[in-house]
Amino acid sequence: MAALIELSGIERVFQLGDSAVHALTHLNLTVDAGEYVAVMGPSGSGKSTLLNLLGLLDHPNAGSYRLEGRDVTTLSPEEQARVRSQRIGFVFQSFHLVPRLTAAENIALPMTLAGIPPDERQRRVTRALADYGLANRASHRPNELSGGQRQRVAIARATIMQPAMILADEPTGNLDRATGEDVMRLLEELNGQGVTLIIVTHDLVLGARARRQLHMEDGSLRRDERTCASPT
Amino acid sequence: MRLPDLIGFARGAAAGNPLRTALLILAMAIGVAAVVVLTALGDGARRYVVGEFSSLGTNLVIVLPGRSQTGGFNPGNAITNTPRDLTVDDAQALLRASAVRRLAPLAVGTSEISVGGKLREVMVAGTTAEFIDVRRLELAQGRFLAAGDWRRGANEVVIGAKVREELFAATPALGQLVRVGDRRFRVVGVMAATGQGLGMNTDELVIIPVSLAQAMFNSNTLFRILVEAHSRESIEPAKTQVTDIIKQRHEGEEDVTVITQDAVLATFDKLLGALTLAVAGIAAISLAVAGILVMNVMLVSVTQRTAEIGLLKALGATAATIRTAFIVEAAMLSMTGALIGYLLGEGGAALLRQLYPTFPAYPPDWAILAGLGTALVTGILFGVLPARQAARLDPVLALGRR
Ligand SMILES: Nc1ncnc2c1ncn2[C@@H]1O[C@H](COP(=O)(O)OP(=O)(O)OP(=O)(O)O)[C@@H](O)[C@H]1O
Ligand SMILES: [Mg+2]
Repeated sequence: MAALIELSGIERVFQLGDSAVHALTHLNLTVDAGEYVAVMGPSGSGKSTLLNLLGLLDHPNAGSYRLEGRDVTTLSPEEQARVRSQRIGFVFQSFHLVPRLTAAENIALPMTLAGIPPDERQRRVTRALADYGLANRASHRPNELSGGQRQRVAIARATIMQPAMILADEPTGNLDRATGEDVMRLLEELNGQGVTLIIVTHDLVLGARARRQLHMEDGSLRRDERTCASPT
Repeated sequence: MRLPDLIGFARGAAAGNPLRTALLILAMAIGVAAVVVLTALGDGARRYVVGEFSSLGTNLVIVLPGRSQTGGFNPGNAITNTPRDLTVDDAQALLRASAVRRLAPLAVGTSEISVGGKLREVMVAGTTAEFIDVRRLELAQGRFLAAGDWRRGANEVVIGAKVREELFAATPALGQLVRVGDRRFRVVGVMAATGQGLGMNTDELVIIPVSLAQAMFNSNTLFRILVEAHSRESIEPAKTQVTDIIKQRHEGEEDVTVITQDAVLATFDKLLGALTLAVAGIAAISLAVAGILVMNVMLVSVTQRTAEIGLLKALGATAATIRTAFIVEAAMLSMTGALIGYLLGEGGAALLRQLYPTFPAYPPDWAILAGLGTALVTGILFGVLPARQAARLDPVLALGRR
């Protein structure tokens, strides 16, 4: 079986005036479908840069990225957008909900952008609202929701297109411990259903829940550890 | 993205920033309203003048003594030389022309009219029974001058509405004897009030048979001969026939000027049409300014909505989708503004018509189409640049680093 993600020789250099910042240097990484990976490391070590690259929001300066066996670095912007739409779900630290849209509309947004018919959208959104315990919050706007509810809306949005992988950049960073725990459980449930889950986190305890931990430092992988069983 | 979704999304984005939206709609509305009202004014003026000229009498050919080089209407030339009199016999001879339906000679001068101790200065017009038909005038009371031999008129006078008012007030005028100059006339009719206008104002006029007027002013020449052609098509033949006959009678010299109402009308029509166009052009500039405003505000909006654009890209939106969404928003705002402006403009024109009932201030169809079209085109055109800017945004930068 081909790996879901294959990175080889990835370089990402940011040019800041005269100096060059090597956010990622000579990075090789393989992730199989269905894995649960935590990316950890000090601030500035390149975790977000890696995640953006995996999500096709950013491009490497060198190296190749194969997603489901296909080289995606050479795809046209339109094709990359389609891959983002169909295969990738994002969860951000600061939720990134559209403030003027209701919870239901935010969840439906990827489907709206993909041109899915309204009745199909309606069907899936209703299910998602129920699944994430937001049924009575459907017509609330983000500023009328708690942080945990907002992140649940964001997770519902990330999964509504049934992607192959979910990329979460510090999804619990803006939440208290109990709510963060909730959110983690939801994400892990998704992983249990077969969705590949990649989480960036500073929290060693949360990171330890993943079956695989990537430790980054100065733009390169220092350690790649696998734990066999999850503590819960 | 489906079109209803695009529209819904654009509406949401517009409603999310009411101040910006209101500003854009206002700018567009003012531009379009300006086009509508100003062209309504311009075209109203054109219609008013054309209408007034038409009321002078239709298919009119006017003969005046003196030669004008260009053949057009030129009061300067008309005055400079009057080599040969234009006589009542000349006028009568014109009846031979096949294209002529009827005609009326006209001699004018000033004199005094008096009755029962009241006296005032008046303009005296000497003419014949045909005059009232040729000039399309209306009587208020009595009858017009009697038909008959042009060289021998009865001592009858038809007085203008204001003359009647001043001399007779509430007492009946018909049948009364008045003195005009040194002759006594019997009042047989009163003209209907005409008021101010481009048409002939008969309110302060007294009308007597042409032979008596010429005797009174001791002159053989006519001021004008008013000729009515059979139809619009026979105006030109009438003009050549009239010129030929007068030339024959004046020993081969073409010493009269023949003008047609059509020529004057066409000149005014063209002049005021051009004026309307110019005014529309000026108003269109305000539309262009509105378009530039749309562009700037949309550009600011792109910067403000950077995070949202980045998010949409992360959620799978293509550059084309983002571009279309922004263009749809610009087009929607422009269209709404244009429609409101159109309604405001029509309201303004209606108000003008209410205030000045005689003034037909209707915006012409072409101006409405041009105004709405320009608004839409500038809105979309100036929306393209911000839309492209938005579509080009790098999603990582757009999402923000925090
Ligand atoms: N757009 C950019 N321009 C310039 N430098 C950048 C840019 N993005 C990232 N960097 C630099 O690349 C390095 C890695 O950044 P990155 O955001 O990946 O760190 P991180 O591991 O996510 O840190 P944190 O834990 O604080 O979020 C940093 O030194 C950062 O300053
Ligand atoms: Mg980061």
